[in-house]
Amino acid sequence: MKKLFKHREILLVVIIAIMIAGFATRAQGFAAPGNLANIFNDTSILIILALGQMTVILTKSIDLSVAANLAFTGMAVAMTDAAYPGLPLVLLVVMAIGIGAFLGAINGYLVWALQIPSIVVTLGTLTIYRGMAFVLSGGAWVNAHQMTPTFLNIPRMPLLGLPMLSWIAVAIVIGGWFVMNRLPFGRATYASGGNPTAAVYAGIDVGRTLFFAFVLSGALAGLCGYLWVSRYAVAYVDVAIGFELDTVAACVIGGISIAGGIGSVAGAVLGALFLGVIKNALPVIGISPFAQMAISGIVIILAVVFNARAERRVGRIILRNRAAVEVQA
Amino acid sequence: MNGAMQTHNRPPHPAPLEDPAPILEMRGISQIFPGVKALDTVDIKLFPGEVTALIGENGAGKSTLVKILTGIYRPNEGEILIDGQAVSFANAQAAIDAGVTAIHQETVLFDDLTVGENIFLGHAPRTRFGMIDWREINNRSLGLLQALESEIDPTIRLRDLSIAQRHLVAIARALSVEARIVIMDEPTAALSRKEIDDLFRIIEGLKRQGKAILFISHKFDEVYEIAENFVVFRDGRAVGHGKLPETPQQDIVRLMVGRDVKDVFPKVKVEIGAPVLRVEGFTHPTEFRDIFFELRRGEILGVYGLIGAGRSELCQALFGVTRASAGRLVLEDTPISIGSSGDAIRAGIVYVPEERGRHGLALPMPIFQNMSLPSLSRTSRGGFLKAANELALARKYAERLDLRAAALSVPVGTLSGGNQQKVVIGKWLATKPKVIILDEPTKGIDIGSKAAVHGFIGELASEGLSIIMVSSELPEILGMSDRVMVMREGLAAGMFDREQLSAETLVRAATGNA
Repeated sequence: MKKLFKHREILLVVIIAIMIAGFATRAQGFAAPGNLANIFNDTSILIILALGQMTVILTKSIDLSVAANLAFTGMAVAMTDAAYPGLPLVLLVVMAIGIGAFLGAINGYLVWALQIPSIVVTLGTLTIYRGMAFVLSGGAWVNAHQMTPTFLNIPRMPLLGLPMLSWIAVAIVIGGWFVMNRLPFGRATYASGGNPTAAVYAGIDVGRTLFFAFVLSGALAGLCGYLWVSRYAVAYVDVAIGFELDTVAACVIGGISIAGGIGSVAGAVLGALFLGVIKNALPVIGISPFAQMAISGIVIILAVVFNARAERRVGRIILRNRAAVEVQA
Repeated sequence: MNGAMQTHNRPPHPAPLEDPAPILEMRGISQIFPGVKALDTVDIKLFPGEVTALIGENGAGKSTLVKILTGIYRPNEGEILIDGQAVSFANAQAAIDAGVTAIHQETVLFDDLTVGENIFLGHAPRTRFGMIDWREINNRSLGLLQALESEIDPTIRLRDLSIAQRHLVAIARALSVEARIVIMDEPTAALSRKEIDDLFRIIEGLKRQGKAILFISHKFDEVYEIAENFVVFRDGRAVGHGKLPETPQQDIVRLMVGRDVKDVFPKVKVEIGAPVLRVEGFTHPTEFRDIFFELRRGEILGVYGLIGAGRSELCQALFGVTRASAGRLVLEDTPISIGSSGDAIRAGIVYVPEERGRHGLALPMPIFQNMSLPSLSRTSRGGFLKAANELALARKYAERLDLRAAALSVPVGTLSGGNQQKVVIGKWLATKPKVIILDEPTKGIDIGSKAAVHGFIGELASEGLSIIMVSSELPEILGMSDRVMVMREGLAAGMFDREQLSAETLVRAATGNA
């Protein structure tokens, strides 16, 4: 049992299960499959963004501009959809991903070529991208009636009992796992964050790895731009304001080390689900929104403390993966 | 140990017929680190108004001694006496309070504070109300700097000073406390000849004030110029001491190097083959210039020199971590250009860095991923990582190097130092290199492991690898190398064949003492 808890992902699953069970005693039907599916769907966008954020954090950086990127991209695609209702949705999605990736590339370029710390770069671009959303829209809203039905409906379309939005998140989680574990780029992110100097000595281009981590984070933020405006059926400048902190929090709770080099896709997903469960449960059991923020904050700090202790005590155990099984077999 | 002592009893120069009482005496000091005895029952005496030179190779225990005297380490055995009274330093402040001050090799100063703040940081004079007395700081700083014959304004920021001026600030800082014992750890390393002359005038002044000075330097000419006494350290022991002008340099070198080293390293006889790597006119903008050498198959080329001679920098440029500004590399008759470490690895040149923790391993990553990191292009299929291949590769080298680990999937950070070392070496061997550059391969490991590493290096050479071995340890260089290139101040100061090798020749070439 103790050994089981060493695996942070399993521990998180257990904690989330206990939380759901606990909330179910206070709010009837909280643990019903339908409600759980809702929570997952609610958390989908956070999961996708947390995966992008994780890639960046693994390289010892941080991307604070994801929510602003999301707002700008969301505004751009919503306005395009309103202005040219005939455009196929695929094109809009590609456009969202492209714009997001481009904004991410700006972050990545500044961090790579100019060697500016990522927290400074993305703090700057956070305001710039948000400002760009304002300039683009002139502060106006794009409302549901201006958007085409396809634009609004695809993410809600149920498939095998779950909305498309959830399936997109699932697909991206699988894709993220593949990138991090099966592509040299994934390995390069772990190495660049785990020990940048050693990575350079091993022939890895750390700067380029960082750049692509930001591009990936930006592309996912762009995709989420579309998903967000479609889901909430409205685009305005302040969409998802402050949401970048949720993505960082999800990573931290999921055991991704802010110092870089440690973390897993499963951790990021579970961290996001953890936050999703809390956010959905607190209103249901009648806790005021102000207390909710405080509770979220306390949970994040506890997670950080726990992380720090875990890393100190048993060395760094979080990276064990499938290969561990293979070796012992 | 007393047997090795040299007792030249000339009449001490000022006047008294007997040696004056020492200000500071260390008796039987031992410092033990896990696996290493850094200092072994060392005795030292420092006398008022005299300079004692501490001489020894890198790793002989000089820095450990400095750290004990400045209260950073507490010795496991032995006692320190000041004016005949036993003292023990609980921390750095206690050492300062007892009158010991040090000018460190790498000066610890703050770029963005003013000169005065730097000098009085931590012991700033206060006004009656407990506030920092800026006027007093600046006045006293000015006084200290003027005593050092310097015109530096105490109110300007350190950032705006030259290296030599910073050094003066460091000296002023050391003298800003009431110190009777001044330790200078390689104070001349960054100074020009003129600045050294200035420094020596300052030291003469300190002598006249009756301070006892411990002067650590590699440079024999300086030692002979300024010091009255010397102590030689080797492998953590004080192997000899005496008076200076009358002890010939050869005797000191012999004490430094000690045993006849060729017996300790039974060199594996290897057939030296065709040239593998030719380096022509290799030049770096600041670190080294005009390096020529040729490396043959199965050959071990030793690179010897003092710290700062440009050895590691040369190797880093060969490996593409830094860029050379001029010169040509020819690998097996093909000119190659190396712009990044990736290029070097592909060409078959690898570098095992000196600081293995910092440069060698990503500690959170599993053993097998660390090992496969430079070889990913070979273990992947169609651009996808293949964990099975990576594990097979890691297993092969783990067996070969006798790596002890619970599983190859545990993070490298959980391994012992020796095993981490094996991971680093395995990782580079796995790239199937032609040339392997080893930077201080046995630094910081104990004698037993050293022998194993040396055996292994010989084995690699006999398999046809060409090896460049940078080392500051003369016995290692003398015992292992087929040829030795000595570097001094960024230049190749000599190339010696195995038959010509002797400790004296190498030390002379490295220090520039004819």
